[in-house]
Amino acid sequence: MSGTPKISKAEADAASRVAADRFRLAADEDGLVDVAIATMPSPVGELLVAVTRRGLAAIAFDDDSRDELVERLADELSPRVVEAARPTDETRRELEEYFAGSRERFELRLDRRLMHPFAKQVLAATARVPFGEVTTYGTIATRIGHPSAARAVGAALGSNPIPIVVPCHRVIGAGGKLTGYAGGLHRKEYLLELEGAMAPRLGTEPWTSTS
Amino acid sequence: MRTRLPPFESVLEDTRGTVYRYLVAAVGREHADDVFQETYLAALRAYPRCTEAARLDRWVLRIASRKAIDHHRRTARAPIPVADPPEPAAVTVEDAGEAVAAVAELPQRQRDAVTYRHVLGLSVAETAELMECSPETVRANAYQGLKSLKGKIA
Repeated sequence: MSGTPKISKAEADAASRVAADRFRLAADEDGLVDVAIATMPSPVGELLVAVTRRGLAAIAFDDDSRDELVERLADELSPRVVEAARPTDETRRELEEYFAGSRERFELRLDRRLMHPFAKQVLAATARVPFGEVTTYGTIATRIGHPSAARAVGAALGSNPIPIVVPCHRVIGAGGKLTGYAGGLHRKEYLLELEGAMAPRLGTEPWTSTS
Repeated sequence: MRTRLPPFESVLEDTRGTVYRYLVAAVGREHADDVFQETYLAALRAYPRCTEAARLDRWVLRIASRKAIDHHRRTARAPIPVADPPEPAAVTVEDAGEAVAAVAELPQRQRDAVTYRHVLGLSVAETAELMECSPETVRANAYQGLKSLKGKIA
């Protein structure tokens, strides 16, 4: 068929898929990508990471609404959102090390523009809870000077755009209950076990199904 | 109010097939990939200032058509690598139908009208919007284009 002006939709789809990948590489090389997105496998399911020139802006779990997140990135940061692996190399490497047990602290630069002002305060306090330790909503509330705002703290943690790296999983209920996690309690439990902050329960496995 | 633009990644995914088909018709299969790159790099560069959020497919196709024209200007200046230069390459058409070269050699508006209408299968109204002209102009250009294609092929 080569030499004729028409190609079938299926052929065009296949050829343009390859061409689009080539374009993504060139776009990154030309510095045209404002928000680079990439996915990576992890013991808590595939993760989507979003990185800007300022740093890591977002991480999403595979059952989060990714389309919604990517639209939010376009809306609030820049519409130049493109799949590009290279800008996310550092993030993916540190996350891999964390899951392999060889990293306790992340050294990534963060882009906090997706955090609302109150959440920014809450998450800054949360970022100081060390690996392997937990704290309570009330303690964080007190630490940011709003001792009665435990519930608002919970909501702010639930809006954390950068879970795992900003360790909102280390904040639990006063009675020692895990209470809640935007990524699902099973993930919170897994992360705390990984960090040795919680005794492993028999039969607890990295999951593949939903909670 | 600021226009809400979707992530460029979804524009790319939604339009790449159509743009590729258009480019195969406009510049030929062997150049489609390169002009595809030029098209989307230009689109990404201009994207934050794009005011056509509602018609992004048309917006990208218009850029593709400008890049196809640039391509023809470049190659028109360069010697054309055909065996018998005086004889238009379009005459050596296979029975499959219109050759890329034949479409590519049409005047720009005829080429666009033929490509949008008969290669991409857009309606007259859609083509008119894309070419920024009246439906009558689309019909006239598509008719003239097809007529001279038939002349070349016959």
